Amino acid sequence: VREKARHPLPTFQDGAKIALADGQLRRNLARATEHIRQRRAAMVGELPDWEALRDAGSALKDRVLRHLDAHLVELEAAVTRAGGQVHWARDAGEANAVIVGLVGAHGAREVVKVKSITTDETRLNEALAAAGVTAIETDLAELIIQLAGERSSHILVPAIHKNRTEIRDLFRRALSLPDLSDDPRDLAEAARIHLRRKFLAARVGISGANFAVCETGAVCVVESEGNGRMCTTLPDVLITLMGIEKLVPQWGDLEVFLQLLPRSSTGERMNPYTSLWTGVRAGDGPREFHLVLLDNGRTRALGDEVGRPALRCIRCSACLNVCPVYSRTGGHAYGSVYPGPIGAILTPQLVGIDQAPSLPYASTLCGACYDVCPVKIDIPDILVHLRARETESRRMRPVGAGLERPTMKFLARIFASRRRFEFAQRMAATLRWRPLRHGLMVLPGPLQRWTAARELPEIPRRSFRQWWKGRG
Amino acid sequence: VRIALFVTCVNDTLFPATGRAVVTLLERLGHTVDFPAEQTCCGQMHVNAGYPREALPLLRRFVRVFGAAEVIVTPSASCAGMVREGYPRLAARHGDVALARAVAEIAPRVLELSELLVRRLGLEDVGACYPHRVTYHPTCHSLRVLKVGDAPLRLLRHVRGLELVELRGADECCGFGGTFAVKNAETSAAMLDDKVRCLLDTGARTCIAADNSCLMHIGGALRRRGELVRTLHLAEVLATTEGSGAA
Repeated sequence: VREKARHPLPTFQDGAKIALADGQLRRNLARATEHIRQRRAAMVGELPDWEALRDAGSALKDRVLRHLDAHLVELEAAVTRAGGQVHWARDAGEANAVIVGLVGAHGAREVVKVKSITTDETRLNEALAAAGVTAIETDLAELIIQLAGERSSHILVPAIHKNRTEIRDLFRRALSLPDLSDDPRDLAEAARIHLRRKFLAARVGISGANFAVCETGAVCVVESEGNGRMCTTLPDVLITLMGIEKLVPQWGDLEVFLQLLPRSSTGERMNPYTSLWTGVRAGDGPREFHLVLLDNGRTRALGDEVGRPALRCIRCSACLNVCPVYSRTGGHAYGSVYPGPIGAILTPQLVGIDQAPSLPYASTLCGACYDVCPVKIDIPDILVHLRARETESRRMRPVGAGLERPTMKFLARIFASRRRFEFAQRMAATLRWRPLRHGLMVLPGPLQRWTAARELPEIPRRSFRQWWKGRG
Repeated sequence: VRIALFVTCVNDTLFPATGRAVVTLLERLGHTVDFPAEQTCCGQMHVNAGYPREALPLLRRFVRVFGAAEVIVTPSASCAGMVREGYPRLAARHGDVALARAVAEIAPRVLELSELLVRRLGLEDVGACYPHRVTYHPTCHSLRVLKVGDAPLRLLRHVRGLELVELRGADECCGFGGTFAVKNAETSAAMLDDKVRCLLDTGARTCIAADNSCLMHIGGALRRRGELVRTLHLAEVLATTEGSGAA
């Protein structure tokens, strides 16, 4: 998601073309998504109450969203009580200004970061850089992306599009280690040595959050590497940027989500590190804690009853891994920090449908995403809903609406009458694509795109209903 | 049982053999088939392409045409899915209470062919004979909207002479997705490419599915490449008996 741009995001079609032409990328993606998919299936399969957990997760999130106003005030009170400070940010600009201000007030020139997707949404690193502050990504995959000067292509595995040879070459260059091997242990050790120095020197840490408990003010980060634990405990000052939808009402509710999340995302029974902190405590961890609560389009999504369930998302990325579209195109094609099926319904709602009009169409509606979603977001339903909103928004524009709407209206009129439908059938059976084959008619755009990879179906001389009538 | 056939616009116009096969099969099993001639299209394309308003008259038409039928069968999982899952939503979101009630009443009576045979009529052996090596592609909407499960496979396993070969990556979409195939033609073709590769790996002579729209997509690629493998609707396999020849 980008800051409200004057120009829409690049279209999915254009992004997909670039990705599809990259054979290495497609092989990397196919292998990686297949691997995570299998692990998830195994871990979910061993829980007899998985469906009940999904029901509980979606019900809890729906309740939070229904009473979000009250819950947010409750959270603010709890965090403040525990010695933290809460900041409210209407959009990316406000959030970045708050954070840049806090970092500047402590005179930090370098900050360590973890769980960065929401800060990617606000483009915090660019705002920090403009203020002369270097942000160090400490999640291994995020570090790889940062060193390569790229953007994340997956919510959970940001560097999923890179294989280890590519990572070795990058580290050799960026970390000045000319003899580094491509053994994953060597690669991890190189990153560890690099990051350890950064952790020990940093005075300000910046994190995202997986959950915040309204009742107690506790903030939760789940991760695999322990780098998040260092980010949230070593620096003097901790700043957490969190979307306003990430709340759970009570401490006990974490029980549901801490089962749903690791099994859905990494395919593990439990993630290696779960960090929870409540405000500040003398002699233990950061001395200052700031929680920045970000709207940035979320209340807009909240206002759409059909689209609202997108805000249940716990960013597990299971939908990406099962998506036949994502696994071919990768994340960059979606032009947003939220790729895949969830991105296709979240991004247009956050930035406005006119800014991302191609995303709701980046799906075959196959439903694989809905099947695996731990909070039961009916992604195909929301995609179809957003398509309707997109065609409506196009109708309002006087030019550039294209031929689709008139064609759809024309077809609807044909189907609205038996007489017209039967006439159209007879026309089809008589012409049987002949005007196209004999070059009397130019193949219209959509049909050209069909015939690029496939033959047109044969049109039989006699329709079913003619046969039925003929039986007497 | 008196069964009303909703043949679907695509089958009626492009795949009449599938409709004929449903009639042949159900009559052979001793049932009576009606074909309400006023039927046209369920409106799935309009809804899925973002034109629900244009689809509403088609929904009303469906309710009017099939309202009196006891059981409605359709040889298309995605059209059955549209009526069963899509119609109730469409009516509710349109805010038409009477229409929503009518839809709620009719939706459960709409069954895809394999659902009708296995779940409603309790049949697995329909007396078919199709002595060929085949594979089965479970279409997305049969699998994940209707949740027909293994009903089609149970039917196929009882077909005499039929050798069923497992399709690798069977439950992955073929890339059709209605307007997706033209709006995202390159991505669609990449998905289709993988589906066709898995299909050819089976060494099957025929690819069977419960939706002709998906088969039109897969078959279009097979013919483009000059492959001898052909696509065939489940109904046409089940309608074939010893001596009736290939459907």
